[in-house]
Amino acid sequence: MSEKWKVTFTVYRQKADEKPGFQDFELEINPDEYVLDGIEKIWAYHDRSLVYRHACHHSACGACGMRVNHREKLTCITLIRDVTHDGGKIVVEPLRNMPIISDLAVDMGQFFRNLDNVDYNQVQPVINQPLDKGIQPDKKHSDSGMERLVDCLECGLCISACPASSTSLEYLGPAALGANQAKARYEDKNTVTMTDNQDGVWRCHSAFECSEVCPSNFEPGWRIMDLRKMTISARFQHLFGKATPEGGK
Amino acid sequence: MNKPTVLIIGAGFTGVATAYDLALRGFAVTVVERGELVSGTSGRTHGLLHSGGRYCVNDRESAIECIEENTILRKIASQCIEPNGGYFIGLNDSDVEYSQKFLEGAAACGIPTKEINVSDLLKAEPQINPKVIKAYSVPDGTFEPLRLAFAFAASAQKYGAKFFPYHEVEEIVLDNSKKVTGIKTWNRTNNTKVNFQADMVINATGAWAGKIAKMASIHVPVKPTPGIMVTVAKRLTNTTINRLNIPDDGDIVLPQRRMAVIGTTSFEIEDVDYIPINEEQIQMMVDRGSELLPEIKNSPFRGVFMSSRPLIGAGMEARSIARTFKCYDHEESDKVGGLISIIGGKATTSRGMAEKTADLVCKKFGLSIECQTKNLPLVSYRKYYQQ
Repeated sequence: MSEKWKVTFTVYRQKADEKPGFQDFELEINPDEYVLDGIEKIWAYHDRSLVYRHACHHSACGACGMRVNHREKLTCITLIRDVTHDGGKIVVEPLRNMPIISDLAVDMGQFFRNLDNVDYNQVQPVINQPLDKGIQPDKKHSDSGMERLVDCLECGLCISACPASSTSLEYLGPAALGANQAKARYEDKNTVTMTDNQDGVWRCHSAFECSEVCPSNFEPGWRIMDLRKMTISARFQHLFGKATPEGGK
Repeated sequence: MNKPTVLIIGAGFTGVATAYDLALRGFAVTVVERGELVSGTSGRTHGLLHSGGRYCVNDRESAIECIEENTILRKIASQCIEPNGGYFIGLNDSDVEYSQKFLEGAAACGIPTKEINVSDLLKAEPQINPKVIKAYSVPDGTFEPLRLAFAFAASAQKYGAKFFPYHEVEEIVLDNSKKVTGIKTWNRTNNTKVNFQADMVINATGAWAGKIAKMASIHVPVKPTPGIMVTVAKRLTNTTINRLNIPDDGDIVLPQRRMAVIGTTSFEIEDVDYIPINEEQIQMMVDRGSELLPEIKNSPFRGVFMSSRPLIGAGMEARSIARTFKCYDHEESDKVGGLISIIGGKATTSRGMAEKTADLVCKKFGLSIECQTKNLPLVSYRKYYQQ
């Protein structure tokens, strides 16, 4: 028989024009299940009106991003054991900086529109997606011709955690900028001009909250800094042409 | 002439692919789904783009469907597919003995296989158990479920289909002649009731198809058969690794992003809205998976999830049921007009399933319109939320 904890889920509720608020649900639950399992249990046995997004349940798709105890999490891989204790509480809220559809589900329309504008394909050569270290190309390995889905799950956690995203609706945000960095680094360096504006690469405050909450090691913060480097270098080249050792034009 | 209206219940792979096929053929399509797209069984697939190799010995019908649809999806849905292929690996005498049947089956089903020399194999995939003694390559792949569903849905939207997520069906409306004329739903986002009328309703709710059919007093023999999948936080291969033997629990590991996913088991349950975790099965997945890729047991645990296959019931042992799908025209089987149920199938064959269903719908309306989904690439999955 598996261990059982008593846990109170305090869940954000919002239906159309009704006044939003929090609702408590007391569950007996195995602490080795995930926060998303708890939410699914609330929907299955306590309140069928609870609205939330989810699909793959193993951190491949990015649908189940929420705020768990005020921190952005992919709820499908967040163990109940890691965020509360027996007799404890879990606060679940929708992601910030995106319109709420209802309860825990947010509207990802603008988020996907921004990503669509960058147009960086999710399937990329494995060699451009180093698994071990950082965001630079993996020079150690030769191109095996293999391809894989990129690290960015497009879950929106970074947008929710980003202080700059909360001050400007027009800001492209970490995921789209990160995608543009990857595109500039590996496909087409001219793409940096697209984000060389105040709602693009320059609005970031380098808070690195995005990298902190990213569940997939995509490191949007570092990518934005790298994109700035590439942007500045492109501006210099535009102003002075290709510099020569003699300093002539 | 007005376009015939078709209402699809369920936005799993079957629902979204059928919506796309019908919209492309000119029908006015509406899809209602009680949750987010693919939030039931479909989203929780392990994501194998089947070559058919797993079925070519015991279930050739499924295997042929798989290899045909695998080839098509690679063309139309490359935006969410890792196309890297897979291997069937043999580790003992029983596996080697099975290879004869495997090769015969694969050849009969048209699945291209190639024997790979063991040292080349270990060079290409160094994490494979060095005790490997036999290996064949197959054109397996992996796909990302939410993006594949969004791509079908966005393509359906392009041709006019409308999606209503978070709408739960409460009633199927029949007229006096026992013909289905529409459905009543509950919009869970704002607590309102929403009614839909349609010339034809398609029940595409998979493991829940029995529950929906019951609303029209019809019995549909669906047998929810969940399986468990375990994920470790380490990408161990670029290809899918299968055990070269009769399909069994824990005999496949596939890559996804930075993870490896081990699948799966097969058991039967009644209520599929919530499936509790079974710890013994998790351990079995890790143990069996480690036979293929020993590094699994040293890798950090990432997660575990369950998915309920909608197998077609008939009183047989669960795993031996053919994976192929069935389409029930309830006018013929139950004298209830305007209602079709589609059950079974798998993500890899969802386009083909949709084609056959749409063919039937056309026939019911006395129309002759060709399927056009085979060669047309799907639009970007990112478009789905922008409508």
